[in-house]
Amino acid sequence: MALSLDDKTAFVKDWTHQHGATRDKLLPLLHAVQHEAGHVDDALIPTIAQALNLSRADVHGVISFYHDFRRTAPARHVVKLCRAESCQARGGALIEAAAESRLGTRMGEARGDGHVALEPVYCLGLCAVGPNALVDGRPIARIDAAKLEWIAEEIAA
Amino acid sequence: MTRVYISRDMASVALGADELAATFRQAGCEVVRTGSRGLFSIEPLAEVEVDGVRIGYGPIAPGDVPAVLAGDHANRLGEVAALPFFAGQQRFTFARCGVTDPLSLADYAAHDGWRGLDAARAMAPQAVVDAVKASGLRGRGGAGFPTGIKWQTVLEAAGPTKFIVCNADEGDSGTFADRMLMEGDPFCLIEGMAIAAHAVGAGHGYIYIRSEYPFAIATMQEAIALSAQRVAPFTLEVRVGAGAYVCGEETALLDSIEGKRGQVRAKPPLPALSGLFGRPTVINNVLSLAAVPFILDAGAEAYAAVGFGRSRGTMPVQIAGNVKHGGLYEIGFGVTLGELVNGIGGGTASGKPVRAVQVGGPLGAYIPPSQFDLPFDYEAFAAAGALIGHAGITVFDEDADMARLARFAMEFCAVESCGKCTPCRIGSTRGIEILDRIIDARDGQAVKNAQERASGYLGKALNSRAPDRIDADIASQTALLHDLADTMKYGSLCALGGFTPYPVLSALDHFPEDFGAVQVAEELA
Repeated sequence: MALSLDDKTAFVKDWTHQHGATRDKLLPLLHAVQHEAGHVDDALIPTIAQALNLSRADVHGVISFYHDFRRTAPARHVVKLCRAESCQARGGALIEAAAESRLGTRMGEARGDGHVALEPVYCLGLCAVGPNALVDGRPIARIDAAKLEWIAEEIAA
Repeated sequence: MTRVYISRDMASVALGADELAATFRQAGCEVVRTGSRGLFSIEPLAEVEVDGVRIGYGPIAPGDVPAVLAGDHANRLGEVAALPFFAGQQRFTFARCGVTDPLSLADYAAHDGWRGLDAARAMAPQAVVDAVKASGLRGRGGAGFPTGIKWQTVLEAAGPTKFIVCNADEGDSGTFADRMLMEGDPFCLIEGMAIAAHAVGAGHGYIYIRSEYPFAIATMQEAIALSAQRVAPFTLEVRVGAGAYVCGEETALLDSIEGKRGQVRAKPPLPALSGLFGRPTVINNVLSLAAVPFILDAGAEAYAAVGFGRSRGTMPVQIAGNVKHGGLYEIGFGVTLGELVNGIGGGTASGKPVRAVQVGGPLGAYIPPSQFDLPFDYEAFAAAGALIGHAGITVFDEDADMARLARFAMEFCAVESCGKCTPCRIGSTRGIEILDRIIDARDGQAVKNAQERASGYLGKALNSRAPDRIDADIASQTALLHDLADTMKYGSLCALGGFTPYPVLSALDHFPEDFGAVQVAEELA
């Protein structure tokens, strides 16, 4: 994960060479950078702007608009817990409180040791089987106390 | 070798379908992964083929596999399609979902696939548009605008370059039909888009899928590659969203594809005339486009024969939240809300009485059981101050705190606002503050000093006015909430700010006791 800025710069150049350098490629490029490097480094903004012939402000504006794009390195494990209405109707608020205390971090924050982050997500489309979460990208449904414990042990391992 | 059918739908996998499939494989079975049948109370579900008939077992866990293969497991359901939940449906759009392997071209062709596209390509573009008009199909994304009229506008628009855009940014809580279709029958959506392309003269299409749907993204990308030859010269690509709910609004979605912040555009110009990259663009919801193959294959009359009033055809209704038998139920318009929630859904999962249902996602109204005779119909819902939206129904039991849900609606609007118009950007934050005051007053707490209420920018915003100058009693705050709701409803640029008053005011109107109204009445007496 620990790519150097030079690596990332080379990645951006390769990617645009391969997929094109028009403005509409900005989101796919940002997704690709984040997939490759874990987050979109602010230091990379000038490279991206130059590659797509945009202003740095333009690129910054897009990165900061979308919830998905991270500007700092993520925690090693990410638990995205749904906060939307259907999960609330199935006891989501209690699970959220339990997850905060079991994982030792507050909603929307990473734990101090950088091991796990608890992030909100608004609907995974599994609304009949909530409360739901994506644990490192893996969907988990019908979360109760036992499943929360299982999640905590999975990411502790 | 015994053949077993197990869903690969994201909901099924979240419930353990992958582990189940692996166990059946280890037991020497041939496992076929399908989409989901759409009833989640019986998942994880396995269907074992015996003499050409698929016998369902569910819910089951990997440990149940020997008993299932012996045919004597207690959760034997018999033929899944014959269960009451499925027998009462009219599956026009979801006919194949849960039945076929979603990425098998052979399965698709064997189950009436491509017949709509072949029929359309034998017709003149105008005749295709006329068929869609005659079917009465209305936009399934929520607005209910007649699809045929939208296509007519694009057909008549001048210009050699036109686009088909599929809105698969299904962000509403309580809805999952788009996701299920993309994962369970992706070729159906591709066929619908290819028909649209033929009808209006477009060469390229985009499917904009939200990033929260990784399974749908992967399935659609694979399906596009597999069917490229079949739909040529029409070409397609998937674009992945980045966690912005507002990109489900069509003009924000177009800006997002163009690589910009997903901010809403002022209309006019209509996207049909000046849409993606300024070109004439058909932008439709997944369910609208996926309904089209049936219409071209079975005929517009067959589709229009089902329905209620001006709402023709079927609606894949999604029953979700605190409900016993949640899932996808495709049926003609006109079914009542009560039949869906209590009859088909079987009431709440918790066993407590239903307090309210929210129809149409975070921007839809809360409806009390006293209105459960409301028929599923665009006009009937509008007349009752509600909206069908994307036909998701979220059920709440009596533990629901309607004032907190109203506050959540404002909070969601504040989090997701694109920031372009003031009523939505600022109004939602003011709405949170008003509802906090109402909840505090209801719970008997004095108005908290702004500084102790919350740190961060919300707290600072509240602190910008002297707290003792805020008239914090419930009656005046409620009046203020009505005022604010009016401003948002009539002053916002799009449905995010414009429809957030629906859940807020419907909760207030139908459940005034949660907003402290009883205490007010007592105090006055």
